[in-house]
Amino acid sequence: MNNLKLRTAGMAVSAAVLSISLAACGSSGPAGSGASADSATMWGLTGGDQPVFQASVDSWNKAHPDSSIKLDFFANDAYKTKVRTAVGAGQGPTLVYGWGGGVLKSYVDAGQVDDLTGFLKENPDVQSRYLPSILESGVIDGKTYALPNNKVQPVVLYYNKEVFDKIGAEAPKTWDELMALVPKFKAAGVAPFSLGGQSKWPDLMWLEYLVDRIGGPEVFAKIAANKPDAWSDPAVIEALTKIQELVDAGGFINGFSSIAADSNADQALLYTGKAAMILQGSWIYQGMKKDAADFVKSGKLGYTPFPTIEGGKGDPANVVGNPSNFWSVSSKATEEQKKTALDYVKDGMFNDENVKALIDSGAVPVVTGIEDKLAASPDKDFLTYVYGMAKDAPDFTLSWDQALSPAQGDAMLANLDQIFLKKITPEQFASTMNATIGK
Amino acid sequence: MSTITATTREQTSRREQPSRRTLEKGPSGWLAVPALAFFTLFAILPLLGVLFLSFTRWDGLGEIKLDGLSSWQTVLADPVTGNALLVTAKIMFFSFIVQAPISLLLGVFTAASQKYRAALAVLYFVPLLLSSAAVAIAFKALLDPNFGLGPGLGLPFLAQDWLGNSDLVLFVVVFVIAWQFVPFHTLIYQGGVRQIPTSLYEAAQIDGAGRVQQFFNITLPQLKYTIITSSTLMVVGSLAYFDLVFVLTAGGPGYSTRLLPLHMYLTGFKANDMGAASALGVILVVIGLALALFLQRLGGKNRNASQLEGA
Repeated sequence: MNNLKLRTAGMAVSAAVLSISLAACGSSGPAGSGASADSATMWGLTGGDQPVFQASVDSWNKAHPDSSIKLDFFANDAYKTKVRTAVGAGQGPTLVYGWGGGVLKSYVDAGQVDDLTGFLKENPDVQSRYLPSILESGVIDGKTYALPNNKVQPVVLYYNKEVFDKIGAEAPKTWDELMALVPKFKAAGVAPFSLGGQSKWPDLMWLEYLVDRIGGPEVFAKIAANKPDAWSDPAVIEALTKIQELVDAGGFINGFSSIAADSNADQALLYTGKAAMILQGSWIYQGMKKDAADFVKSGKLGYTPFPTIEGGKGDPANVVGNPSNFWSVSSKATEEQKKTALDYVKDGMFNDENVKALIDSGAVPVVTGIEDKLAASPDKDFLTYVYGMAKDAPDFTLSWDQALSPAQGDAMLANLDQIFLKKITPEQFASTMNATIGK
Repeated sequence: MSTITATTREQTSRREQPSRRTLEKGPSGWLAVPALAFFTLFAILPLLGVLFLSFTRWDGLGEIKLDGLSSWQTVLADPVTGNALLVTAKIMFFSFIVQAPISLLLGVFTAASQKYRAALAVLYFVPLLLSSAAVAIAFKALLDPNFGLGPGLGLPFLAQDWLGNSDLVLFVVVFVIAWQFVPFHTLIYQGGVRQIPTSLYEAAQIDGAGRVQQFFNITLPQLKYTIITSSTLMVVGSLAYFDLVFVLTAGGPGYSTRLLPLHMYLTGFKANDMGAASALGVILVVIGLALALFLQRLGGKNRNASQLEGA
């Protein structure tokens, strides 16, 4: 009997110990991160800019040991998921890397990021540093919540000059020329276009440019403004039809729907000569400069604006893509962390060293007055082209998946994938997407 | 170990012998307390949380708003959910009929004790050591229609668009899943076969039974419970395939490999609809429980009793 009681008591004690230790587990999270509360945190993306960000933060930390920044990198698609979950849980980084647009708006609506309008007013030299049109993507309801942090990223039509020479072709200037090239390349055993279809967002670049060339930027402006039935615009239907015509003609490489853009497999198809052209962001230049140095250096990489479409309303100089990437400051960070973050934005970012590193990596920083520096770079042809393209564009439309709310953006990419696979018609796409308006 | 045994024995001898009644009642229910505490904390409570979330609207960032059955309506009206269920059922069915016979035969084969079988077994079990993500990345590279195995070795029949063809991709996924999980089930069967007393085979040999007869009349019946265990793991496990498929195909092309767990993840973390994702999670739990209970039923009442005579 005694034994039983003792055993019961033992159980009770061990259960108590267990619950205490579990409770301790629960609270050790915030306490653990509290230990490093003095240093600000920053999350960036792997790939082209990674070494540039790393170098910039390293030199900042060296010069400011009291207000250091802890920097971590994540792959693009994984980052987009992780950062949202972390920010939602109040565990996000001090400096949140983003794209502006609808996603930024969802952070603002949830009160997760700080209003930086006051900071810009106090620091006019920061404000005047950026191209004004680019600063615009970080503005929600007249207030600035995000500041540009790297490079202009228009979407460019790249082509392999060697392959073009082989069949004696010129870069297409109109959609009809583009369509006429498809059978020629196929006959030569080269895929006309490379496409990272598994990642879905590269599909979107086709729709963005086609809609802009056919109907002008107003068509997407209506969609972004949540106007009812905005997706049924004839320009959207025609653009989707053109995409399916290109798919039917065999315009995209065999297996495009299993190629992931995150692994750079799509650009590899271009420089290995398996595909003649690719429609991608200006950021892939950095990757090709690194992975296919000979190809880029020997001038075999060509680039041209997206072709015009007969009867189209859009200005052929219009550009789609990402004006830049941005830093927002988490409202959950401590005052000390916020101060470090803003000091870095003011003095660490886009100083001479950082601007030079960006240019050397093959990117165009989003700051004014860098024409001379671009002209002095070994990549001057491409960089000047991209800079001019972004600066002279009458309209620079932000990538739609970033401009829309996350729920709409996801539905759009999933349905566009179905368009490329010819599982749905343009009309079905429009009616499915109309149902997501306002979500 | 020996000291522990020694003290226990000492204590038992000092104590009165436990009565037969105590023995029949089994160990004290209190012993289950730690396990139950963990189970409640890490399984029951989160499950209730998910059930609650399925009646709300939440984008993962802002406020959680109670919204009645609207998430359930969204999920049940969405054709993608039906498709995800169908894809899950297909993968479950095909991966079962591919994996079960192969792993049973391999398990029987590797259970014997020749050296060459041991060496082969080491090879068979290699995939078991690799993480799903690594397996998926490797197969993705091998099956690439432009840079993969086919064009690399100049074998045109291997240069198919394995992962980009909606009709083919499901079977490729089943194949890769089998490649990864057959070793695990082989291991279970190997263990099961080794438990069968050799006296049964010796008796069968004296009666003049051949190898095939021995397999069907001794090995298979003796493995009944191993088969049920392995099948339960296979079937319920197919509800959890996620990482492999996520890295290999990301659910595509289109929706052709968007399994239920993947659909749940993409709904929750790409479309940021936590309410709908939670409803999908609840559906997943219900299906999993139903399947597990059904398979346990197949085992019969005495499934836990020993099959060995006299033991």
